[in-house]
Amino acid sequence: MSRLVTRRTLVTAGLATAAGASGIGAAVHFAGRYGLIPPDHAGILGVGETLTYSTQRLLTSGHSLAREFKRSEISKIAPVNGPAPKDEIYRSLLADGFKDWRLKIEGAIARPANFSLEDLQRLPAESHITLHACEEGWSYIAEWTGVRLSTVLDLVGVRPEARLVAFVPYANPSQSTGVVRVLWDSIDMADALHPQTLLAYGMNGEALPSDHGAPVRLRLARHLGYKNTKYLSQIIVTDRTDYYRKSPGTWYGGI
Amino acid sequence: MRHEPGIAALSNQTREAPRRLLVVRITHWLAVLSVLALLISGIGILVSHPRLYWGETGSVGAPSLIDLPIPFIIGPSVWNRPIHFLAAWILVLAGLAYVVGGSVTRHFSKDLLPAKADLRWNQIVGVISDHLRWKLTSTDKNWSYNVVQRLTYLAVVFALFPAIIWTGLAMSFGVTSVFPILATALGGHQSARTLHFVFVSLLVLFLILHLVMLCLVGFRSHMQAMITGYIPQGRSAG
Repeated sequence: MSRLVTRRTLVTAGLATAAGASGIGAAVHFAGRYGLIPPDHAGILGVGETLTYSTQRLLTSGHSLAREFKRSEISKIAPVNGPAPKDEIYRSLLADGFKDWRLKIEGAIARPANFSLEDLQRLPAESHITLHACEEGWSYIAEWTGVRLSTVLDLVGVRPEARLVAFVPYANPSQSTGVVRVLWDSIDMADALHPQTLLAYGMNGEALPSDHGAPVRLRLARHLGYKNTKYLSQIIVTDRTDYYRKSPGTWYGGI
Repeated sequence: MRHEPGIAALSNQTREAPRRLLVVRITHWLAVLSVLALLISGIGILVSHPRLYWGETGSVGAPSLIDLPIPFIIGPSVWNRPIHFLAAWILVLAGLAYVVGGSVTRHFSKDLLPAKADLRWNQIVGVISDHLRWKLTSTDKNWSYNVVQRLTYLAVVFALFPAIIWTGLAMSFGVTSVFPILATALGGHQSARTLHFVFVSLLVLFLILHLVMLCLVGFRSHMQAMITGYIPQGRSAG
């Protein structure tokens, strides 16, 4: 009896393992095909990142909207991590009211282009009152005004092979080491085309203050603060997923 | 070590029936590892901003609910977050396996659901006062759980862990874009963060009591039972 049970248990366990392995194989294939694998999927921490990202992408597949708030809920205090760049080019642009600033857009697009601040302000504007939270734990509510990133991407004609949109800021010395770095970051096409994703040039009814990323910052309502790249100088649309970020920490910030 | 004929006869048969189910043992140790990683990384995240608020917003300069008496340590917090999430996935998946496995094996109804007769108030007070006077009860000796233990384990599994998961999810912008009520029902983003801290503090309190009781009732025999499923031959609790 016990031997029979053992054999049956063995066969069942073998079948279950085979089914499980092919199930995982099929899941990975499906996930890769439908854009459910984040670029930083490698390593032991990549397992958690992949589970979180793929689950959230399945949940949010219908362009779910971040919560919006009333004007009366706007916070009096809006803290910043890291002041405006010390970079000379940035300083002279700031001193000049960003008259000569241009946002360069290139990569996997049909029509590479340069946008001045006025060019962006002439495009249809939107305002969203949303929550901005730092991964450290603090948060504030503010009104952000700008043009939808999707509007700008439509103008330049994103090619179908595009996978990520990278945002390059002006160089800034590290707060702790003083080493000058360009901490660029990227987002996937689902976030790039999301209706609440703005190239923001206004905050709480005024021009975007320099500490908050003037002249233009990325505003992602469904992400933690660190993904909202400030002081934009360049946008690169890319079909690659092996270059995705030059900042410490993980890539997906919708957690 | 004490010898009682009835218990000794029982333990001679232990090779036939393990005292702790396989699914309970595996998920218990997965929970130990993941909760340890969650606590360490969670403290790492907390110390980068050791203040708690109520409502949607809160920051230095804004009115706070609790200022924890620890300094702001910002350095390595970016790596605590992915460790926290990997461990959370292990805990949630182990928890699901435990709930499914515990239902199939009737672990909940046999081992954890208290008998109606035991649910009387004087019964519960009796168990607590026995333990406060360092008296082992019959349930300690025959390896089942007393009514206070049963109620505590049920509350931790079916109330405290779900509350910790809810308050954690309520801080996620991706999740609240689909289920905004997870945050609004709690009073907002910062309220969720504060409640996450409160519920985890309750869990830490439970873990301290759990470890103290483990040492009092017999560290080696209970560790062996939770690892191998069997208790040491010829031993009652101790």
